[in-house]
Amino acid sequence: MSLLALQEYWWIIISLLGALLVFLLFVQGGQTLIYSLGKTEIEKTMLINSMGRKWEFTFTTLVVFGGGFFASFPLFYATSFGGAYWVWMIILFAFIVQAVSYEYRTKPNNFLGQKTYELFLWINGLIATVFLGTAVSTFFTGSYFYIDDMNRVLWMGQARGLEAVLNPMNIALGLAIFFLSRTLALLYFQNDIDDEAILKRSRRQLWGNAVPFLVLFLIWFGWLLFVKGFAYDPVSKEVFLEKGKYWHNLLDMPLNSIIFVGGLILILYGLFISMVKESTKGIWFTGTGTVLTVFALFILAGFNNTCFYPSAYDLQSSLTIENASSSHYTLTAMSYVSLMVPFVLAYIWYAWKSISSKKIDAEEMNGETHTY
Amino acid sequence: MEHIDFSLVDWSRAQFALTALYHWIFVPLTLGLSFIIAMMETIYVKTGNEEWKKLTKFWMTLFGINFAIGVATGIILEFEFGTNWSNYSWFVGDIFGAPLAIEGIMAFFMESTFIAIMFFGWDKVSKKFHLAASWLTAVGANLSALWILVANGWMQNPVGMHFNPEKARNEMADFAEILFSPTAVNKFLHTISSGYVLAAIFVIGISSWFLLKQRSVLFAKRSIAVAAMFGLVFSLFNIMTGDSSAREIATTQPMKFAAMEGLYEGSTTSPLVAFGILKDSDNPNAPNEKEFSVAIEIPDLLSYMAYMKPGVFIPGIRDLVHGNEKEGIMSYFEKIKRGHVAIKALKDYKNALKARKTDKAEQLKKMFSDPEFLNNNFKYFGYGYYYSEDEDVLKDNAHLIIPPVPVTFYAFHTMVGLGMLFLIIFILFLYFSIKNKLENKKWLYITGIIAVPLVYLAQQSGWIVAELGRQPWTIQDVLPTIASVSQVDTSTVQITFWLFAVVFTALLIAELKIMFTQIKKGPKEGGN
Ligand code: HDD
Ligand code: HEM
Ligand code: HEM
Repeated sequence: MSLLALQEYWWIIISLLGALLVFLLFVQGGQTLIYSLGKTEIEKTMLINSMGRKWEFTFTTLVVFGGGFFASFPLFYATSFGGAYWVWMIILFAFIVQAVSYEYRTKPNNFLGQKTYELFLWINGLIATVFLGTAVSTFFTGSYFYIDDMNRVLWMGQARGLEAVLNPMNIALGLAIFFLSRTLALLYFQNDIDDEAILKRSRRQLWGNAVPFLVLFLIWFGWLLFVKGFAYDPVSKEVFLEKGKYWHNLLDMPLNSIIFVGGLILILYGLFISMVKESTKGIWFTGTGTVLTVFALFILAGFNNTCFYPSAYDLQSSLTIENASSSHYTLTAMSYVSLMVPFVLAYIWYAWKSISSKKIDAEEMNGETHTY
Repeated sequence: MEHIDFSLVDWSRAQFALTALYHWIFVPLTLGLSFIIAMMETIYVKTGNEEWKKLTKFWMTLFGINFAIGVATGIILEFEFGTNWSNYSWFVGDIFGAPLAIEGIMAFFMESTFIAIMFFGWDKVSKKFHLAASWLTAVGANLSALWILVANGWMQNPVGMHFNPEKARNEMADFAEILFSPTAVNKFLHTISSGYVLAAIFVIGISSWFLLKQRSVLFAKRSIAVAAMFGLVFSLFNIMTGDSSAREIATTQPMKFAAMEGLYEGSTTSPLVAFGILKDSDNPNAPNEKEFSVAIEIPDLLSYMAYMKPGVFIPGIRDLVHGNEKEGIMSYFEKIKRGHVAIKALKDYKNALKARKTDKAEQLKKMFSDPEFLNNNFKYFGYGYYYSEDEDVLKDNAHLIIPPVPVTFYAFHTMVGLGMLFLIIFILFLYFSIKNKLENKKWLYITGIIAVPLVYLAQQSGWIVAELGRQPWTIQDVLPTIASVSQVDTSTVQITFWLFAVVFTALLIAELKIMFTQIKKGPKEGGN
């Protein structure tokens, strides 16, 4: 394959991983709902166990998203992680404390106490979603960095990435992802836990999360259509600002736009059947819709001669899938590795089906299987 | 050298070392205990004896507690390459990123999927499927070790790459060469076997405690039987692979080798120092070089060990820095000058591009594929960062390329000494276990218990040898730490360093308390 084709292939994979990650953030959303959905100890236990059997997927997807980005677009890895130091460090700390919390929460003599571990879960839920959403928004709004002729990075943002909050649109997407993850969590609980009280409460909470999500997302997206985007000339590679760039991308890539709109429709349909028809299957539609929508957004950020990680400080330092990628050899080698992904997905699916054929209920929590 | 903020480099190194050493507290137990558990469960499935299931579940509980914190400490390491070593991430990311990504795709998903079946699947899947999941968890853990160690092996001995001046980075040229480089193979085999040794000692130590307390005696004896057998086999393997690692280092990283052995003056009849205490050299021209104040030496043995034949010259630290014409060893001073030529050629090339002098640029670019230039200059690229116009400064700088000798020396000797000790411990336990004479051997139980902290010490020492001994290189001879580091304020790195220190220590205390409580509870009916 040509280098450009490989770069596009890898951007598609990164987009897919990013999309799966956003969907899997339902675990984080759920962690912020433990107290409002679970009023008794056993209800809380059911909620935590329902997420506890999935949290590793979110976590591992984040790790693979990072590793995949490193292998395919190392200049992004060097620029964003080394530059927006505080943003990533805060996200990472939030994941560090999450990783032990499920296993240690109810173990006797656990030093920090059950409440602390629940607090850790809550912090992780809040920070991971808001910060990751904000970070993704900078793919469209740009950051302040300069890359010299040796491809070394100098970050000009005074707050090492935290300056992203100065742009309200970044915050809008951060909060949208926060409410989205809570919405997904509510739908997920409806489908995974067999308990009347939890079901009722989660239905009631749905409005208060789905509506803010939709409003914030639409504001952000409306803004995106009109804003000046970071485009580059395919021949000279020169970067310039283009009014309505992302709107043009939608027009130029109709298939992607169909995916995007299709995703939105699925999200809305899932919400509709859950809120109006009281179905418990909403997660399947809203979840799939989330993956498609986010996927299309990533494509919008990187394809059609668009800079996926723009520098607002020095336009020509902006990262594109062409200038930030690995070599032809490495991308090819990694493409062979990527053929394993369907196989990995297949065994994950199979393994999960074999142990979660039945919904979580109070009886199981008191039984003798491993509980958190 | 350009203006370099050494305190930034040092804090970044300290942070990496802190987080890596914490990660390494938990990883080796995962590597080994997962196999021991799978073996115990195999006995259960084969015999149908519920006692073995109880045993499996007890060790699995401890495994889960350890695993959670292993995952917590691992995620940060991966991202630290970007956050703290961003120049590194670009300069070699084309090669280094791949194993990291493969590790995620191949190993981490496998581990986390099958571990879920291990813990939640007892009553939901068939016995055989559950057993398969336990084995696959172990394989997954060890696969993740494979890929990260291939990455690390490549840093110690970079192969299979070429330099691309246009992009100012190294690019992968041969994946197989990277995967099968002898350094990577040795590293993988030695490290996983050290994990097996640790897990075996862990099981023996805890079982000894039960025997000492005269609780769950049968349970403890059975655990010891499995662990002692497993430990003995891999302790032998561990010593063999450690030995071949050392021999490998003698050729690929002679400075590390000299530091490990505390070898100051090279010779063809170097003794092997079995035990020694170093003192500072009083030679003003060689401020970082040490000599022994006390040493127990075995004459000639080192020369023989390193190359398996007598009379081979082994360079000491002095020979490497100052050169040794007779033995054909180039001095660091010369290497720095040669490396500087390569770095300068790259800069000239970039400047020519900027000035749109296409012909000159083409000419300079060609140099980077000229074998002579590659061999005479580019090979020493990393040394070039220590260049100075001023000869005296250059000479001083050359001493910055010496690793901290005492720490490397003591850590190496600690590891090797303990490695021999563990072999003896496994033999003893296995012998008494087979003879069924484990009863009433208080001294043996206490030895087993004391061995547990010692095996953790050996593990940490091993990595200190490997990583401190290669200072200041992040990529041997190609890229030093000063040129790898991200430009972050030193104070920022200090803050995150202390945050890590506090958070990880709190989590470690929690882990230990939970672990000890579960051990005291002992194997209970059913378990979970
Ligand atoms: C239980 C732990 C343990 C034990 C008993 C030993 N080792 Fe080890 N050693 C390790 C655990 C370890 C390790 C932590 O796994 C290291 C760190 C990096 C690596 O590759 O493995 C290591 C590194 C390491 C290195 C440096 C590798 C490098 O720099 O790339 C050498 C030369 C040896 N070992 C040699 C030995 C010898 C000759 C031993 C003889 C008994 C020995 N080790 C026992
Ligand atoms: C988990 C096992 C490991 C431990 C305990 C460990 C320990 C250490 C130590 C003690 C240092 C020295 C810090 C200093 O003085 O600079 C270090 C540095 C470093 N190690 Fe490791 N290491 C481990 C594995 C790895 C692996 C697998 C890699 C790469 C794949 C790696 C990459 C590095 C890097 C980039 C540095 C910083 C640069 C440097 O100082 O040389 N380490 N590590
Ligand atoms: C600097 C290098 C290293 C990096 C970047 C790294 C990265 C990681 C990450 C991201 C995780 C969490 C994975 C998850 O989501 O489940 C992890 C866990 C793990 N890592 Fe590392 N790791 C490093 C060093 C090592 C070494 C040297 C080994 C083995 C030789 C190792 C073996 C493991 C294992 C077995 C786990 C599973 C969790 C556990 O039991 O501790 N890692 N590592």
